[in-house]
Amino acid sequence: MKTIVIVPAYNEAPVIAIVLEGLKRELLKIGDFEIVVVDDGSTDRTFEIAKISGATTLKHPINRGLGGTLGTGFAYAKREKADLVVTFDGDGQHDPNDIHNLIGPIQRREADVVIGSRTMRGWGQIPLDRRPVVYLSNLVTKMLFGISTTDSQSGFRAFSKQAVKKISIKTQEMEVSSELFAEINRLNLKLVEVPVRVHYTRYSREKGQTNLNAFSVLLRLLLRLGR
Amino acid sequence: MPSIFIPIQIVLILFLLFAFSRVYLRFREGTVHFGTFLFWSAVWILALVGVLYPNFTTWLANKIGIGRGADAVIYLSLAIIFYLVYRTNVFVENIRQEITELTRKIALDQETRNKKKK
Repeated sequence: MKTIVIVPAYNEAPVIAIVLEGLKRELLKIGDFEIVVVDDGSTDRTFEIAKISGATTLKHPINRGLGGTLGTGFAYAKREKADLVVTFDGDGQHDPNDIHNLIGPIQRREADVVIGSRTMRGWGQIPLDRRPVVYLSNLVTKMLFGISTTDSQSGFRAFSKQAVKKISIKTQEMEVSSELFAEINRLNLKLVEVPVRVHYTRYSREKGQTNLNAFSVLLRLLLRLGR
Repeated sequence: MPSIFIPIQIVLILFLLFAFSRVYLRFREGTVHFGTFLFWSAVWILALVGVLYPNFTTWLANKIGIGRGADAVIYLSLAIIFYLVYRTNVFVENIRQEITELTRKIALDQETRNKKKK
């Protein structure tokens, strides 16, 4: 089973080597894999470091946002006929040890999409100031797409070959996380959630979705639905 | 049509003629589609009729249950402006998507070329 791990990265030079090293160590245990770093127009050495680390590297000449980056990773995975696709944030917040649990339901053909949930074992892992955004995003996902999820904004996900083939990503930025749920709903894909660990460091907290831009994310999502 | 215009009418007429001339010129050079040309021509011509015959807007306002002609013009204009802002947003979003698709193609093609070199 060929597994492609998509690592979206934008200016992650300080951590990308460690993230890729950890990933590789875990993936060696599962056999046929390829790590694909999609560099979203970084202005630092992210691309060069990823290349030296031995990962397949795709480079956006200009910054397009998380949705655009994941879309590129999906397009690559489709082209390379991956049997299983994992998305793994490049900022080091995910634990590579969780990959086995994440891909399990797909290997056993119990799911088309698996979300690595950071809140399934309780909210203790999520910093207090992040909780409102995570909670409201779950609520919006339920209201707009009718899917109950414990972590709609998680960047740690796994997709079956069929799911990757059918899912079409059109959004550009952070709203991609919600768009994926819209696709799960539209395509009637089987969703499973598994608990994952998350390491919030000062570095990873400075990146990712902030409370402030959550509103613009919601606005763009509504605009997309309303057009 | 009144024989003597008040200053605001003169300013508005000049502006509307200027606006219409822009639409016409863009249409002639082919940067504006026929549908867009028709839409904007209708907007400016209607506005011109309203400026030349203020009673026309009052008549229209009364027909649709609004007291004053000026109010009817403002309500209608606001509705059109909101809709156009929305359309512009969608348009910009589409362009952003196209740019992303182009960026994606460049990234994938570059990767294929790098693979071939190896």
